[in-house]
Amino acid sequence: MKRELPLFLTAVIGLFMLLSFFVPHHLASVPANYLQQCAVIVVAFGYVLGGANALRVNLEGVAKRQLDWPYKLVLVVALVATVVVGLVDGRRWQDAGTTSMFLYNQLYSPMQATMFALLAFFIASAAFRAFRVRTVEAGLLAAAALIVMLGRVPVGDAITGWLPEPVRMSALQEWIMNVPQNAAKRAILMGAAMGVMATGLRVILGIERSYLGGTD
Amino acid sequence: MSLTALERLDRRWIFLAVGLLVLGPLLRPLGLPLGTSAPVRQFHDTIAGIPDGSLVLVSCDFDPGGKPELVPMTKTALRQLWEKRCRLVITCLWVGGPGLVGETLESVADEFRAKGRPLEYGKDYVYLGFKAGYEAVMVLMGKGIAGAYPQDQRGNLVSTLPLMRNVRDYSSFVLLVSISAGYPGTKEWVQQVNLRFGLPMVSGCTAVSAPEYYPYLQSGQLSGLLGGMAGAAEYEKIRGEKGTATQGMDAQSLAHAFIALCIVAGNLVQWRKRRAAQS
Amino acid sequence: MTTDGGRPRSRVPTLLVLLTRGRALAAVAVLAASAAFAAPAAGAPAPPSPPAAGPAAPAPPAGLTYEDVPDDDGRAVRLRWRRSPDDTAGSALVEGYVLERGTSPVGPWTIVDTVAAGTLERVDQDIRRATPYFYRIAAYGPGGLTPALANAGPAIGRESWFRAPLASVLAFLAVFFLLVLFFMSMAQSGRKPFVRRLPGIDAIEEAIGRATEMGRPVLYVPGIQDIDDVQTVAGLIILESVARLTARYETPIRVPVAYPIPFTIAQEMVKSGYLNAGRPEAYDPDCVTFVSPEQFAYVAKLGGIMLRDRPAAHIFMGSFYAESLLLAETGFSTGAIQVAGTANVHQLPFFVVACDYTLIGEELYAASAYLSGEARLVGGLKGADMLKLLVIGVIVVGCALESFGIHGLSRWMETN
Repeated sequence: MKRELPLFLTAVIGLFMLLSFFVPHHLASVPANYLQQCAVIVVAFGYVLGGANALRVNLEGVAKRQLDWPYKLVLVVALVATVVVGLVDGRRWQDAGTTSMFLYNQLYSPMQATMFALLAFFIASAAFRAFRVRTVEAGLLAAAALIVMLGRVPVGDAITGWLPEPVRMSALQEWIMNVPQNAAKRAILMGAAMGVMATGLRVILGIERSYLGGTD
Repeated sequence: MSLTALERLDRRWIFLAVGLLVLGPLLRPLGLPLGTSAPVRQFHDTIAGIPDGSLVLVSCDFDPGGKPELVPMTKTALRQLWEKRCRLVITCLWVGGPGLVGETLESVADEFRAKGRPLEYGKDYVYLGFKAGYEAVMVLMGKGIAGAYPQDQRGNLVSTLPLMRNVRDYSSFVLLVSISAGYPGTKEWVQQVNLRFGLPMVSGCTAVSAPEYYPYLQSGQLSGLLGGMAGAAEYEKIRGEKGTATQGMDAQSLAHAFIALCIVAGNLVQWRKRRAAQS
Repeated sequence: MTTDGGRPRSRVPTLLVLLTRGRALAAVAVLAASAAFAAPAAGAPAPPSPPAAGPAAPAPPAGLTYEDVPDDDGRAVRLRWRRSPDDTAGSALVEGYVLERGTSPVGPWTIVDTVAAGTLERVDQDIRRATPYFYRIAAYGPGGLTPALANAGPAIGRESWFRAPLASVLAFLAVFFLLVLFFMSMAQSGRKPFVRRLPGIDAIEEAIGRATEMGRPVLYVPGIQDIDDVQTVAGLIILESVARLTARYETPIRVPVAYPIPFTIAQEMVKSGYLNAGRPEAYDPDCVTFVSPEQFAYVAKLGGIMLRDRPAAHIFMGSFYAESLLLAETGFSTGAIQVAGTANVHQLPFFVVACDYTLIGEELYAASAYLSGEARLVGGLKGADMLKLLVIGVIVVGCALESFGIHGLSRWMETN
């Protein structure tokens, strides 16, 4: 029953949700809406589970003085402090001058933006290190990358402004984005969609059951 | 710098160069001329074409990571919509976003108030805030906005807000403006809302996501697309504004030019190594 | 059913008839129905109040028609009407229309909606199915509200058993299911189809072998999304095969996970891998760790693992976003061999540039079939490939037909 029941539930609910996509009748749509509302609630509870899990793992690390345990302590203190501040501020946490907004504006927002900004540096170093033209295809890739990168910013047209408009950088990058890039993107999207269908079918029909654990 | 030195270049020099090239134009703008592209013009024209006073749904699905690219275009879009006296319902499906979105919204609303046009919360705009559930929330909103969001971000009962009395579901809106940084975002709005409910859509997104949405633009599912800071800057240009996106374009231009140089330099190094190996 | 046109009829004769027949209550009802403002439905806008003096009230709209909205759950009716003669470009006499609904031809009426001038259609999605409703429409403007001419009904919302526009989707889905099941059963009967090797998948075993030689762990990242993303499911399925290999080679594996539900499933996958490799005693529950659903916090943790623990092999399989380049570049700086797979096309360029091998799009979903070698899974792969051939054929035929002005196929494939 440990494996049969989850497989049965997966199959029934999966096929039912598939059916509800095609059948608007209330016998299908009402339970489907209910299941979707349940999904929203389950996802929200996931955050509670996640927080509890993070606390447990890191408190254990601190208690056992594992490697880098001071950082785990910082994490626990930050987590608890943020939750307490949020509870104290309540619904009005977004009003000006609240501690929540201070934490959000002075800590969370800059840290997020900083991590995201690292990408600019890493792109440059990756471009220098790894963007090597070893084959014809790689050459086409490099040429397209140069045209699109320069065409998206004013520098591109500043360099090619003396050319007729259809062959300036911005026009070329627009053509690359609209024609070959679009075609390739559509093909990958269609292939990925079929992969999604195949994976979904395998899980719904119980062909893929390794997620249940135990032997095959 | 010789090719040998380039071959052994510590990548931290590259990081330093990028840092300086981005910081310089921010401190001393170069004023490089800016063009406008068709997807951005379509975005602007679609909003310009909706009747004044219409109800518009604006979904701001981003967090502070997307701030430099998406906040400028959000502000410009809000200005254009409010100049047309549109009434806005704003949502946010990213857990880290509500604070930033609220701040952005109020900063533009304060601009209008300072100019003598008092925008009243609950009548001119309603900020529904964050809801967990990704696409499930989008589908729920199709059954009824008030059902998906019983309360707004400030804790008010949505049914008591004057603007929300005119709002039932997606059929109450003439347009969806999706400003998105990833998942959930524009793609999910196209799949769950534009496709199923037929609500016309325009999108503003990060530059890295923009190529993914070009098929939707071509098929007509999106009526306009702003890609990254460049798209935001072009949008500001069309609107005659000089916001942070325009200011950032000089820095982005130099950064792009430098990365192009890195690609060329890297290949020069490889070409030299191959020649040395052959000889 | 249509209404008659013309100006509104007086209700006085109706009132007199009702009063003389002793039906005072009905008379009061007619009076109430004739009032300029019907009781609005809960949440519906209140109708505008008539001004004391000023321009004349607009002429009423006419030709109110109704039809059931097809292919729905029976809770919607579409209403159309002809505009008021005063609703013209530049005219300020008409501000909008008030649409009212009742369960009988004489009311009581509740306001469904008010729509702007120029609007000629509205879908009422607030009805009960299989219940007859009557509608009336009035125009309003600065001069006041003109009562409705007559009502239209009974409009009944009927639910459908099938969304007809999705017929083409159902057809493709059915063909897909049949193809997959056919090739699966063919594979199970011993005729396993040929599938070409993918360098990225071969590289996984190579990467694990290299980590074993160097005596360093393998880092496996199943993406940064939750279990509702199919890529996460695919990444976790591949994890079982990877765990089986690491168990066989006695190489430690580290699996940091971003969300709680994938975290529990990842534990099961790794345990299952060790079990299937015949090494259940070697399974370490702490090898799977929960980190954070916050994107850059997760990346910071992974960067720390890469720089401190120095895994020799990095395997990124799942849904990635902006952090993909951060992971790949940091991983490269440690000298690890890196294999990535994602269906997020906007991150593929970063993985292609920065990793040693990349699985593109559906190759991620196919990887589990490749790694397990299980006949049914490989058969399923073949079925998906056959559908792709069919789609290519339909695209070619469809383009040709469209070029010759034959739109039947593309119309059949429209879904709204």
